[in-house]
Amino acid sequence: MIAHLPVLQVIVPLMAAPICLILKRAQLAWLFSLLVSSLTLLISILLLQQVMTSGVVSYELGGWQAPWGIEYRIDKLNAFLLLIISAISTIVLFAAQTSIEKEIDKNKHTLFYVLYLLSLTGMLGIVATGDAFNVFVFLEIASLSTYALIAMGEDRRALWASYQYLVMGTIGATFILIGVGLMYQMTGTLNMQDLSQRLPEVAQTRTVFTAFAFVIVGVCLKLALFPLHHWLPNAYAYAPSIVTAFFAATATKVAMYLLIRLTFSVFGLSFSFTTIPLQTLFMALGLFGIFVASTSAIYQNNIKHLFAYSSIAQIGYMIVGFSISTVTGLTATLLHVFNHALMKCAIFLALAAVVYRLGDVQLNNFHGLGRQMPLTMAAIVVGGLSLIGMPLTVGFVSKWYLLTALLEQGWWPVAVLILFAAILAVIYVWRIIEVAYFKEPLVNQAAVKEAPMLFLVPIWALTIANIYFGIDTRLSVQVAQAAAQSLFGVTP
Amino acid sequence: MIDIVLLTLLLAVAIAIIRMKDLFAVVMLSGIYGLLSASFFVAMDAVDVAFTEAAVGAGISTLLMLVVITMTGRSENTTRHKPFPALLLVVITGCLLIYGTLDMPYFGSADAPVHSHVAPRYINDSMQEIGIPNIVTSILASYRAFDTFGELVVIFTAGIGVLALLSSVRRPDNGDKIVCINYSMHEQHLVVRIVTKMLLPFILLFALYVQFHGDFGPGGGFQAGVIFAAAIILYAMLFGLSTARIVINQPFIQLISATGVLLYGCVGLVSLLNGGNFFDYNFLSNDAITGQHLGIFLIEWAVGCTVASVIIIIFFNFADYRERQQSNENEHNQESP
Repeated sequence: MIAHLPVLQVIVPLMAAPICLILKRAQLAWLFSLLVSSLTLLISILLLQQVMTSGVVSYELGGWQAPWGIEYRIDKLNAFLLLIISAISTIVLFAAQTSIEKEIDKNKHTLFYVLYLLSLTGMLGIVATGDAFNVFVFLEIASLSTYALIAMGEDRRALWASYQYLVMGTIGATFILIGVGLMYQMTGTLNMQDLSQRLPEVAQTRTVFTAFAFVIVGVCLKLALFPLHHWLPNAYAYAPSIVTAFFAATATKVAMYLLIRLTFSVFGLSFSFTTIPLQTLFMALGLFGIFVASTSAIYQNNIKHLFAYSSIAQIGYMIVGFSISTVTGLTATLLHVFNHALMKCAIFLALAAVVYRLGDVQLNNFHGLGRQMPLTMAAIVVGGLSLIGMPLTVGFVSKWYLLTALLEQGWWPVAVLILFAAILAVIYVWRIIEVAYFKEPLVNQAAVKEAPMLFLVPIWALTIANIYFGIDTRLSVQVAQAAAQSLFGVTP
Repeated sequence: MIDIVLLTLLLAVAIAIIRMKDLFAVVMLSGIYGLLSASFFVAMDAVDVAFTEAAVGAGISTLLMLVVITMTGRSENTTRHKPFPALLLVVITGCLLIYGTLDMPYFGSADAPVHSHVAPRYINDSMQEIGIPNIVTSILASYRAFDTFGELVVIFTAGIGVLALLSSVRRPDNGDKIVCINYSMHEQHLVVRIVTKMLLPFILLFALYVQFHGDFGPGGGFQAGVIFAAAIILYAMLFGLSTARIVINQPFIQLISATGVLLYGCVGLVSLLNGGNFFDYNFLSNDAITGQHLGIFLIEWAVGCTVASVIIIIFFNFADYRERQQSNENEHNQESP
């Protein structure tokens, strides 16, 4: 069975989705999804171990050899991502049943879990595959289920947010498909490994340039890279809280993975960064993204909006690390992918708990919440400190690596800007802390109690992870570094 | 020559779609657009794609859009935004696409990478390796079976998405009203109803033919599922939803859609348990070719089931939603005077 782990990683949640539909009973569907998600987590841990010890795992679907059939190809990079996605999914599912009770119509609970499992399948499929067209197929599964999940939000505006995302996401997916089609036309293959060998021959053609442009723009739409981020804040704010917690920690990370995979593995470092001025472009967009989004975050009164803008800023950090295009820079990006997943998931789960108790996350409702829901608010504070980049939290580790990478290249003005941007993060996090801890509780909220255990356990598991991986960085740094080195072809 | 004519027509229809304000005409034109592209695909010798496009683009999507129009109204809202920045963006994208065509290998040239790298094996060896004459089916159902599985799940996801957004508990008390609405419609369409009744068995039979003939000619589960669903939808449109619901009830059809996905996956799981890789049909039977045949037969069946049931789910939910809207309006009208 060990040999089949790569395909089981995707097939297990995939097959579970229709079974979930047959199960009917919501409670049963929840337990079943939780079981399935834990199983995918187990598989991803085993896969990561296998990849770290014995190198790349390749799996030929249908038994057909690689360029003719579809290949699953697990290396350190995607094993790391698979672990992040399945771990986050499992943790989020703990709180799911309690959270959707308040937010989603009773007879749609089963459908919620079906869609949840499908979007998990889609994301795992995108990451696991080594075939460019297969990426598109699973991207469709992930996107469609995401649109439906977002539209399930209580607020009517969720429909509009979902529609906006649908239009933007479909454009992104179409662009990726056009790019893949053009690549196929010039090389005659869809396998990524094969593409990377055959693309350099035709790298100077205008068709390959066009293919590259379309693929990159398509992925950046999915990534919500500034200035293509307009769909994200509303989608995060009006989706059911539990969905936001899941997507904030995974969806953009998958797009980030695709960007890295396509530029580094498929098109190759020299084409992506030498032929095309991607470095300057992405550096500028990343920095703009950090500043514009952080500034917008300061002015938000809906806390979900606030942290959604902060997510866009964090994508900026990842892109800056990516655009340095050195081993350290990429390590910083990968670390931030992992760390950001931890902090945003903790924060959005805590917000889901607030919604469960208060029904709303407007800043006004946070008056005195520090005393009424101490554990939940403490988790938000730790997450916020992590976003700022305080020492002893994970945020510090990735910022540290990012600054090291920048200084290695002698780009100290950028490093100064990055440090300055942390002040903006301090401001928006402080706004919440001020209201929650230094204001008296509102009269009509006097009876608000701490969130139920099913919320507190996953929230605090993530919060502790936030601190633990900020102190003991062996696991995360080791894997991220190994993945970055393998992408640059450096043997450790 | 025929290519130029077809492409010009496509362009003309596309421009007409943009200019039109009447949504009903737009839907009809998009159906024509689908049919034209299908003909274009035939001219390019891609009959399987053409068949799918004719069934989906010209057929079922037109039907679904018509159902939507009955809810939204026929005319387009006046535009309030300025279209120029968007137009500029579209022009840039278009120019980039044209720029990309400059270095493309010529259409149909024998030494193009597409024809010289992966394709020769499909053309030369698929008969020995899989043993069915339609190479397209070999690729879709065996070489790249996992992609097809993914596509099937996409369709399943679409069905579940529609269910999640539109379904709601049906109130039992307004059953009579629904019959009334449909009854008036029946009177008007007597000829169509009789003709449809005569045609229905043939449509269903044709769907089954396409289903089982996919190995030898254009066709397969996707197209068959669409045709089958089209027959059911036709029936529902002319004889009323409540009549159609007697034959096909929601839980049952949901079960079928889930079973299709499960069946497809189980074919893979069985080959995995028999010692092969996932979707390695050679391991389904002692003889490799028999295994391939069995595998392809089963997955085509699975595809047909899910596609048909998902399209029926989508149609029924939209139509249900519309009925609820109408009965709500009727209640309002009765209250107001």
